[in-house]
Amino acid sequence: MIKTDVVIIGAGPTGLFCAHQLGIIGLKCEIVDNLDKIGGQCIELYPDKPIYDIPAVPKCTGEELTNNLIEQIKPFNFNFHLSDRVQELKNENNKWLVKTLNGKEFETPNIVIAGGVGSFEPRKFPTKSAEKYDGKSVLYSIKDKTIFKDKSVVIFGGGDSALDWAIELSNSSKVTLVHRRDEFRGAPASVQKIKELSDNKTIDLITKYSIKDVKGNGSLESVEIKSESGESKVIKADYVLGFFGLIMQLGPIVEWGLNLDKKTIPVNTENFETNKKGIFAIGDICTYPGKLKLILSGFHEGALAARGCFKYARPDEKYRFEFTTASSTIKDRLGVKE
Amino acid sequence: MAKIKYIEFNGTEHEAEVANGLSVMEGAIQNDIPGIDADCGGGMSCATCHVYINDDEWFKKLPEKEMGEDDMLDQAFEPKSNSRLSCQLIVSEDLEGLTVHMPEKQV
Repeated sequence: MIKTDVVIIGAGPTGLFCAHQLGIIGLKCEIVDNLDKIGGQCIELYPDKPIYDIPAVPKCTGEELTNNLIEQIKPFNFNFHLSDRVQELKNENNKWLVKTLNGKEFETPNIVIAGGVGSFEPRKFPTKSAEKYDGKSVLYSIKDKTIFKDKSVVIFGGGDSALDWAIELSNSSKVTLVHRRDEFRGAPASVQKIKELSDNKTIDLITKYSIKDVKGNGSLESVEIKSESGESKVIKADYVLGFFGLIMQLGPIVEWGLNLDKKTIPVNTENFETNKKGIFAIGDICTYPGKLKLILSGFHEGALAARGCFKYARPDEKYRFEFTTASSTIKDRLGVKE
Repeated sequence: MAKIKYIEFNGTEHEAEVANGLSVMEGAIQNDIPGIDADCGGGMSCATCHVYINDDEWFKKLPEKEMGEDDMLDQAFEPKSNSRLSCQLIVSEDLEGLTVHMPEKQV
């Protein structure tokens, strides 16, 4: 059990800057994120895309913004718990007991949800029949590639994951690559390689088709694909792999008794607390009159939520506002020597 | 300003007057029309504002897809050759009378 002042859910820009504000006012926090890296949507969706509306930064990419925020909170040495997800919350004597998917437990008076639009999960096949084989012979990520040796593998998708795995597995498996159109969005070199492998019959490339059904009797036997005009084909398959990118799902957050408005959490604009005492929501996941889904709004929300956390983390102390330019206490916390 | 018709997968029809400069996606969100999620808020990074333009004339009349829209559509639920992301369709008088059909779900 880790005792801390605040658990932050989400390591995107909003969660990171909230951590900074907590550090500045002398609180400790632990940060949990279900991605395997820090940065949230900035790093997962647009690491290379320039952002033009960060105050005083005319232009930076999602990756640069993330790296700068990581640098900014370095002095505080906060712990990150990546590839993990907060699963369960329980309130006991005004403390929140937090459990993660990987079995970590925290005790904290404050939780800050900076979860963006939820956690990233792989997009799955729309076909109901695929669910039966999910995790066994219908897969959306690969942990152990040796299971495909000498097997028939049907891969769906047109991005880098689909192409890279089609190339890689073509060495030791019978690979069919199915994509809904003729163009691929993967790296040009991979697209070129796929075309070569298709030309010399190492892999079967089928375009303008999508999945219709998976069939089997206990174990997976084949996959049926369809074209837009209604033609269909059946391909023998021991494994079916789908690479359609990631989708954001609110996940367990909906079970915590928070008020929800569509996929967002209403908060007050004084300290961004939700309807539950000690649970705050900031960034894209929160809503209030006038809410803008901008990174700069998330920064503001995080700064105020941090002060809200102070009240519960240090009930006997009075919060005193200080400037980083003037306060020697803050400079000590930042490890700045003058 | 243009009148846009949104038809849900179950056939329910909605009509909205959408101001110039807004996207067809924003027209749906602001008028609480179900069937368009728009998780990313219009950043062309989620494919949850996917619609079909069933009228071929209309499909041809719309501004062409920019780079990236088809890549995102690869990840949408049941994309077809008449699929568009409604966040990329910007309303002007030219869109008066456009009808978009929503897919069964936005995943």
